[in-house]
Amino acid sequence: MIPAAFDYYRPKDVEGVLALLQEHGDDARVMAGGHSLIPMMKFRMAEVPHLIDLQDIAALRGITIDGDTITIGAMVSQHELINHDGLSAAAPILRETALQIADPQVRYMGTVGGNIANGDPGNDMPGLMQCLDAQIELLGPEGSRVVAARDYFEAAYMTDREDDEILISVSFAVPAGGYAYEKQKRKIGDYATAAAAVQITKVGGKVATASIAMTNLSDVPVWSLGAADALVGTACEAGALKAAVAAMLGDIDPTEDNRGPVAFKRHVAGIILTRAITRAWDRA
Amino acid sequence: MSDKMHIKLNVNGEDHEFLAEPRDLLIYALREKLNITGPHVGCDTSHCGACTVTLNGKSVKSCTMFVAQANGAEITTIEGIGQPGALHVLQESFREHHGLQCGFCTPGMITRATKLLEEIPNPTEKEVRFGMAGNICRCTGYQNIVKSILAAASELNALSEDQKVEAAE
Repeated sequence: MIPAAFDYYRPKDVEGVLALLQEHGDDARVMAGGHSLIPMMKFRMAEVPHLIDLQDIAALRGITIDGDTITIGAMVSQHELINHDGLSAAAPILRETALQIADPQVRYMGTVGGNIANGDPGNDMPGLMQCLDAQIELLGPEGSRVVAARDYFEAAYMTDREDDEILISVSFAVPAGGYAYEKQKRKIGDYATAAAAVQITKVGGKVATASIAMTNLSDVPVWSLGAADALVGTACEAGALKAAVAAMLGDIDPTEDNRGPVAFKRHVAGIILTRAITRAWDRA
Repeated sequence: MSDKMHIKLNVNGEDHEFLAEPRDLLIYALREKLNITGPHVGCDTSHCGACTVTLNGKSVKSCTMFVAQANGAEITTIEGIGQPGALHVLQESFREHHGLQCGFCTPGMITRATKLLEEIPNPTEKEVRFGMAGNICRCTGYQNIVKSILAAASELNALSEDQKVEAAE
């Protein structure tokens, strides 16, 4: 499959990217690892007359852990993330999630920024970022701004990012307590039938705080405050798990596709969330 | 049609320069411009891994990379891993353990496996299966591929032990 022709750019800095976006407007798109965009271009479902490759921009790379804050550059690949010892120690849920994305070859190329910016409901990083209450830094012609991951996703492939802005980095507080990213997929490389990101802190044998986000069960990731509230003050006993699942089921809105009908997806979502909470609680 | 770009690649230690459209995929540039036909086009949708090459130290699916992205890169294909008469340990091991039947996926399998064993020299069976999950084989059922890679790992480790002993002597 051969995509439509395009002009290719590989700027050395973000200023160069912004200038190209200003010049070409809707006809230009940035590309990180390309493993979502290139297949769409090959199918000719995406037409990109001006393709801006971000691979040479050093400012978009790197993972920093500064006191209580973790910042991940948009161009950090899943492979780099998995192999970063400091990050794996400070926020192990990142590694657990990234290991469940695609396959080894794709993880060398696929990036954290691309996974978020694309706004694909099947991607795993959006839900995880909502679970961690991450802040997304965008840069545009008017300068930089920060948007909470919980406010960032508007609809499938639609986000708060303007066409002339690029995603620079994500940052979040070092998470405390137990964690789990649980994902049901048909095979390696598939998107989730259902996935859940859970962080739980424990004080005196009870849940002190909880954060829960679900992947691929709506046209945006679903951060379920109701599910988290159902756990707080409990010891994650069976009744609490049931209440959390019920609250989550009230927040998701899956559609039927080749991964199954709605009833099946809701069933899988409940099982996946139960497993994720149980594992996070065991680790808390 | 967009203008052709001047592309430079180092493939298997040899420098190549040619003109290509930015939209040309790396796999087609390798096969059709450089006549390096070891990497295969299987699914052409980044699922099967038959087109796997090593690019700047990463295992990548060359059907999902524009040649423009690879401009300036160092690439290793199956041709750079072994040659008829001078097979790599992994190639010998695939032959010995029947790690292939039709052989179509094998260049990608072995190219990926060389990188996997570089990163994890002494893998468990689980690590081999997880590390090879981006490569699909429709003949073997994977059992013999896993066996081949585990056996090659032991042999490569024994070889490097021998080298250490020799170096010490």
